[in-house]
Amino acid sequence: MRSVLTALGIIIGVGAVIAMVGIGNGAKAQVETQIASLGQNVILIFSGSTTSSGIRTGWGGAGTLKIEDAEAIRREVPGVIGVSEEVVSTTQVAAGNQNWFTRVYGESADYFDIRQWPLADGAPFTPQDVRSANKVCVIGRTTATQVYGNEDPVGQILRIKEVPFTILGVLTPKGLSTQGVDQDDIVIMPYTSAMKRVLGGTNLRNINVQIGDGRQIEAAQQQIISLLRQRHNIRPGRDDDFTVRNQQEIAEAATETSRVMTVLLGAIAGVSLVVGGIGIMNIMLVSVTERTREIGVRMAVGAHGSDILTQFLIEAVTLSSVGGVIGIICGIGASRVLSIYAHWPTLISISSIAIAFLFSAAVGVFFGFYPARKASALDPIEALRYE
Amino acid sequence: MNNGALVKLADVHKTYRTGEMEVHAVRGVSLEIRPGEFVALMGASGSGKSTLMNILGCLDRPTSGHYMLDGADVSGLDRDRLADIRNRKIGFVFQNFNLLPRTSARENVELPLVYSGQRLTNAQLREKADLVLGSIGLAGREDHHPSQLSGGQQQRVAIARALINDPEVVLADEPTGNLDSRTSIEIMGIFQQLNERGITIIMVTHEQDIANYAQRNVVMRDGVVLSDRAVTQRLNATREIQNIATSASDDGT
Repeated sequence: MRSVLTALGIIIGVGAVIAMVGIGNGAKAQVETQIASLGQNVILIFSGSTTSSGIRTGWGGAGTLKIEDAEAIRREVPGVIGVSEEVVSTTQVAAGNQNWFTRVYGESADYFDIRQWPLADGAPFTPQDVRSANKVCVIGRTTATQVYGNEDPVGQILRIKEVPFTILGVLTPKGLSTQGVDQDDIVIMPYTSAMKRVLGGTNLRNINVQIGDGRQIEAAQQQIISLLRQRHNIRPGRDDDFTVRNQQEIAEAATETSRVMTVLLGAIAGVSLVVGGIGIMNIMLVSVTERTREIGVRMAVGAHGSDILTQFLIEAVTLSSVGGVIGIICGIGASRVLSIYAHWPTLISISSIAIAFLFSAAVGVFFGFYPARKASALDPIEALRYE
Repeated sequence: MNNGALVKLADVHKTYRTGEMEVHAVRGVSLEIRPGEFVALMGASGSGKSTLMNILGCLDRPTSGHYMLDGADVSGLDRDRLADIRNRKIGFVFQNFNLLPRTSARENVELPLVYSGQRLTNAQLREKADLVLGSIGLAGREDHHPSQLSGGQQQRVAIARALINDPEVVLADEPTGNLDSRTSIEIMGIFQQLNERGITIIMVTHEQDIANYAQRNVVMRDGVVLSDRAVTQRLNATREIQNIATSASDDGT
């Protein structure tokens, strides 16, 4: 009974470590899938910021990226397999007597390949549609449901700023983004159509570039920077009026956040493991005192100090390891429950189980050593006389 | 060189220091015990007999003087070497039995073998322990725990444990102190049998009745040997038990 209570400290500690690290890893894995959904080997170029009269605009704020810039990249940077000029706006859309406020994206026909975003229904717009600035679009699942309900939107007319667009297709749902934005609440049309018929203007918010070979990303990024600096006549020493990010940098920033969270959760759980270890030390000290006579007898019949030390160490490690195993089972159970009822994604790796187990065994050695040491140093005469 | 003595104490002193006080528990004891002897070490409490017993049992080291056991000087050995000597050459029997609780009689007896450094299989351990338990009249009780055994039976288990490593000498510290008189005589009977088989026995007791089962009585007082003499009217345990049995049946008629 007493051993069970002692082991409980370790059980809770290990269980907490497993569950917390599981939650952290789950969050990290979720972020990673979302980053991957940006597309593979993608470089993002944002316009801005420029400094005009001392006021700096944010990314995409100043219209420094032109359609010609995108064409130059397509033409001159080696390894580029897709370029999508992007403009973004939010606006009211309507069909029949339904209307909905949503985001409108203007893109090139490459966009669906770059984002690896296939259509669930219908077909995407073509390069021809882009060249001719045709009044066509594809819509996300959320927009489709909000405007058309259960009706099939493909082939229907969607009025955007009173301009009728033909819906060519419906995108496969992507769910929420890292920032919690519904990625399916969207209308995507040729960027030419967006510029001419919806937004006006000739500036791009950003350019998405896809590189064929991941190893060329760094080189391509450098080339894009020097190409754009040259095109924008930026003298050496002056700041860029655009920002280039590759997907890996974005991924690293996002996973760094969740990694910090994992470490933090793990550290908190680790504290409870240490508390559990102190519990083991306590019970082992009590046990050494209670079994002083036994220790005396063992020494009288020829046990060395090292034999006694080993015996008590093994007991402490057994206690903490058994606690560790039960804790691992509890931790797995707890994270299952969390992912089912709280809808938190959890991910339990073999390595976190192995580390938790080894750590609990190490706690046994660490906190068992002092009591074991005390037992082995007893004087056999005193120990035999102990009542 | 050792004149055939198994145990030889030469001017052994033991001084304890408790705070500022120095206690001279043993003040110059010289003693020789030959193989096959059965010696009772007697004396009142405070006479130094327990201290001397601890030294004889290699549980303690003399402050000065020499202790030769089986021809080797053991007075200057370190803890681990003393533990090895205790394991191989000395068997202990205590007043309060000192068996491990929640541990079967067999496992208690196996204990010194476990620490002997011989790598024995569980089957070998078991075989040896059962053999010794059987020789001491405990066949069939090998799996009993101490709490399931009477005082006499527990002391037999302790004797079996003392014998398992074929020691040179068995040291018994008040072996009958916690036993009734009849069981005490039975235990003395076992000691006499063992002694007839050639085992050397040194027994601490303060009861003259019990000391009379030994061959030789050494009496201590104030840390020195007061007298050392052979027992003239030695008691025989087998006969004493028969006497008790007859007197009991006499009372019955």
